[in-house]
Formats: sequence, structure tokens, C-alpha cells
Amino acid sequence: MYRYDEFDHQLVAERVEQFRGQVARRVAGEITEDAFKPLRLMNGVYLQLHAYMLRVAIPYGTLSSKQMRMLAHLARKYDRGYGHFTTRQNIQYNWPALDRIPDLLQELASVEMHAIQTSGNCIRNVTSDQYAGAIADEVEDPRIISEIIRQWSTFHPEFSYLPRKFKIAVTGHKNDRAAIKLHDIGIVIVKNAAGEIGYEVHVGGGQGRTPFIAKKMSDFVPAAQLLAYLEAVMRVYNMLGRRDNSYKARIKILVHETGEEEMRRLVDAEFAKIDASQMLTVPQEEIDRIAAYFAPPVLQELPATSASLDSARASDSAFDHWVTTNVVSHVKSGYGIVNISLKPIGGIPGDASDAQMDVIADLAEAYAQDEVRVTHEQNLVLPHVKLDDLKTVYDTLLAHGLATPNLGMISDTIACPGLDYCNLANARSIPLAQEISNRFADLDRQYDIGELKIKISGCINACGHHHVGHIGILGVDKKGTEFYQISLGGSADENASLGDITGRAFTEDDIVDAIENLVASYVDLRHNGERFIDTYRRVGMQPFKERLYAE
Amino acid sequence: MAQHSAKGARFQAVTANRLTDGEVVYFTDAGHWSLSFSEAAIADGADAAEAVLARAMPADFEAHVLDPYLFEVLQDAQTGFQPASVRETIRAKGPTIRLDLGKQAIAS
Repeated sequence: MYRYDEFDHQLVAERVEQFRGQVARRVAGEITEDAFKPLRLMNGVYLQLHAYMLRVAIPYGTLSSKQMRMLAHLARKYDRGYGHFTTRQNIQYNWPALDRIPDLLQELASVEMHAIQTSGNCIRNVTSDQYAGAIADEVEDPRIISEIIRQWSTFHPEFSYLPRKFKIAVTGHKNDRAAIKLHDIGIVIVKNAAGEIGYEVHVGGGQGRTPFIAKKMSDFVPAAQLLAYLEAVMRVYNMLGRRDNSYKARIKILVHETGEEEMRRLVDAEFAKIDASQMLTVPQEEIDRIAAYFAPPVLQELPATSASLDSARASDSAFDHWVTTNVVSHVKSGYGIVNISLKPIGGIPGDASDAQMDVIADLAEAYAQDEVRVTHEQNLVLPHVKLDDLKTVYDTLLAHGLATPNLGMISDTIACPGLDYCNLANARSIPLAQEISNRFADLDRQYDIGELKIKISGCINACGHHHVGHIGILGVDKKGTEFYQISLGGSADENASLGDITGRAFTEDDIVDAIENLVASYVDLRHNGERFIDTYRRVGMQPFKERLYAE
Repeated sequence: MAQHSAKGARFQAVTANRLTDGEVVYFTDAGHWSLSFSEAAIADGADAAEAVLARAMPADFEAHVLDPYLFEVLQDAQTGFQPASVRETIRAKGPTIRLDLGKQAIAS
């Protein structure tokens, strides 16, 4: 885990005190809302339907047990006893009072956390692969370069007033779990023929009202030149990105309107302008210093199988299902990566109570090398757990409603907060996720259906990633009533694709039946071993659509 | 700001969020802000609505509340006045997925 140095500490502490003064002046009526709003947004404070909402950054989704305990404490002391983990690997509190947020941030700073880069037209909190440092076949732990990008981008004066927000995601693995092609910049860590580490850089992806898959700008940026290359991309965007229309201000629109080839030429020309003698490179000793924080944990030499695990699986079928579904192979033999589903059947996707967060922190400390990860699919991960300890971890998770064996299944839905909380939403998302989860509650049925990613957004801003759901659901408002539009065939992985809209929208009463109808079509159409997305890609929209809209 | 009343809406009320904690508040006939929709001043007709909104936005309104706006209210024979949209119903009560939170929790 990265630990703050004196500069980080000072930066965050000063920021808390600045915000304390700003809040005091606002509450005393000394500054207007127009003056205050950008300041609160720079500190992660939004105004939602019922209250303020605070978004706390979890850089590249990595937390220590101490940090997780602090998140639980803040939920108890300043909020209503829970937090919401988001598709940006962050956590949101839904009810903090404005005048108490400075105290909250001060406590948060004591565990080296903050709410910087969670809002505003800056480079946002960098996201990454939740299995970083734990999965086999990783080129390099993506958190090293993520942390370097975090330090470089934090309060970067040139990139603090961009045309629009800017999101960067990094993966060090060929299997993309960070949805890098749906980001303003997506980075894949690669090795060239000479065995040198470098970066494949994708630019101009994004969702929202105009979704695009990112275009590959470079196959290989040498490691030492990455920040300079990112600077070149940011400069082209800063100069040419539209500031006249916020709907057209993201870099994806610039890339689309400029064209991939021309954009590459502009970036390359900008990059060539950077004088080699003045190029921003990170000194090797600094890279080594940061890399040391992410050194693999010291794990025991263990056999690849565990007799106690095998016997527990044989005697407890629910545990056996959970291991099959939620535990992933670890790079080190004798260990596993544990996924904690925050999608209990009928529950609220991504929500965790203070008590659950404490339990997870305790498990991380005792059994997972003191680490917790947040996934962009709104689940949590214990990255390094001995196979011998899986049953103990499972039993504790089970006792706290955290052992739902549904990772990647139809009930493992992404859903934005929607109209239950969000000021921008047109329709509710969470109740749909709950109804779908309840309808498909039977686990045997879920396993038969197999991997099926449903993603639900309550408005066109697409926080619920509906464009890249195998089945995507978008809530729309028609004269104050909620309707739901379905899309099919989206995917956020290394074979990223955007979904196609099926046709007319469904009412709240009809939408779950429509999902059932689509699943039935898939079950009828699938070939042996095909996932929903595979079948859709083979047969296309028509057979699904015909049955969906049959009278 | 999104449109919170249909064209030709008859009844409207004024709502905002309280500065210190973001709580949903309603402008009352008595000229103060209430936490309860049941105390909201209900304006009949467009002119009356604009008049209520003007009363709700004196020079110093920002010291207390954020972004007051009009929203449509429907009259129901059984339940009296109710917000017309799902959005305003949720603001008046709380999240539909957590009945233990928001105004609905205090009311019950």
C-alpha cells in the first residue's frame, strides 16, 4: 500500500482547513452559492435530492483495513450507518450535513484519504484492476503507474480547468477488469519484444449520452515517457476540446469529430514538441520508491490444493458454490482471491453498512494481508487469502450477509443511485436491480443462465454503465413517469462493445418481464457453452427483438 | 434547471434544499420554510405560482436555502394535494428503497 509522504500529508491537511474556512464563510452568508459551489465540488460535495452527498476517493480501489474501518466510522458518525461503493471504485455517503463535512474530512485525512479529484473538470481519481498484484499473468502491478499518475495529476495547474472531467483507467492484464476502453484515457501495461515495459494508450472512450469505445493512440509508449505522452494528449484536449457546450466537451467528442488518424497526428506532433532535455520523466529511484509500496506481500509456500478446503467444499454445498463463483485463482499457489458480493438477493447494489465494513476490515487484517479492493462492478475483494482460510472467511461473511455466491451472474447488477438519491436522475435504478435479483433469486437458475451482466442507469449520464451491459437498462422520464429502455450486446471488457437499443421503452411494471423474456430467448438460442453475450453476437438483435415485442 | 411542472399545470408549490444539511424544504403560506410538504403553500394558477416563488426568493434567501423552484402538485379527492412527479414524491418522502430513511422515517 502506498503511504503518504510529508508532501501528501501537508497537501491534504491544508485542503481540509481551506474547506473548513469556505464552509464557515458560506454558512455565515459571506459568500454566495455561486462562489461556493465549485469549491464544494472540488472537495467531493454534491447536493442531491435529500441531502448533500460526499464522494470519497479510493485511489485505484485499494484500501487498508485501517482505512476501511475509518469508512465504517464515518458512516456511523456523520451519515446513516452505510456507504455506497461506486462504479468509480469510490465510496459515497448520502446524508452528511455540510457543516460537519470538514470534521469528516479531517478524520479521513488521518488515514491518508480525501475527496480530492472526485468532482470537477480535472483529472479524476485513477481506477484500475481490482486483482492487481494478485492475479497470474500480470505484466506489472497497475497500481504503480496509477499512483504515479495520481501524484502527477493531483492539483496539476495545467489540467485543473479542463473542458470537462477526465477519467483515466489502467490495467496490467490482458483481461480488462477496469473497463479501460470506456475511459477518456485507458492504459494497458505491455511488454515489447525486447522485454521492456511500456504502455498501450487508448483515448476517447466514454459513456454518457454519446458513448464511444476508445481509439488506440499508441501501441507502445516507453515507460519513462508515459507522463510526457499523457501531457501531450491533455494539451491537445485542453486546446481543442469544446468549452461552448458541456455535452460535447469530453475528449471522446474531440476524438470522434477530429478522427482517429488526425487525433494521433496531433498528439504525436504535441509530443514531438516536448524538448527531450525538458521532458517530464519520473526518476528511476522515485519509481522504485513507489513500486516498493506495491511489492507483492510475503506469502507462504503452500501446496496448490488444500485438504481442509476440499473437505469443507465436500460437506457444505453452499460454500462449494461460493468458492466456485466468487473465488478466483491467485498467482501464488495455495492462495485465492475472494470476491465479496455487495449484491445480496433483493439488496441494494454497492451498499455496505458500517458493521459490514468493520467485518470486512477485520477479515482483511486477519486473512488478506491487510488489503481490501473495490471493483468497478460495485463489489469488494480480499486479494490474498489462503485456501486453508477460505471456510473461516466465508463463515464470517455469511453471518453478515456478505457471502452471496453470484459474481458475474444476473443478480450481480451494476446500478447507479438513480432517482432514489440523485439530482440528475430521471428514473429509479435500484428498485429494478432489486426486482430482477428477486425474480432470478434461485441460484441454480442463475448458474444455468451463467455470466450475464445487467447494468442499469437512471439517466443518460450512464453512471450505471448501461451502454456496456450485456443487457443495459436506461431509465427515462416521460411526463413525470418512469420508463425503461433496453439495450443488448454491450461489454466493458477487452472486447468492449456498445449495446444496441431494442426498441420502445417499458413501464416499471413490464420491465422485469421483459428481462425474463430476453433470458428465455437466450436459453432457447444458445449453443453449448455460449454466454448471453456470445449468443447475442452470433445471432444479433432480431430474434431477441421479435420475441420481446411479440403481441 | 429541469422542468418540474407540466405546461398548463394548475397547482404548484415551491421547494428548495436547506443550506446547512441539504434537507428538502417547502415554502409556506406564512412565509417560512417547512420540512413538511403538507405545510407547503399551494398556488392555484400560473400567476399565483410566480407570486409564491417571488416571495420565496428575497435578497437573502441564499443564506438559508438553495435553488428554490416551482413544481407541480395534483389535487386528489382522497389524499389531498400530492406532488405530481415521481421525483418530487421521492423528495417529499425519502428513498423508495430505504423506508427507514428520509422524511418518511420521521413520519411513521
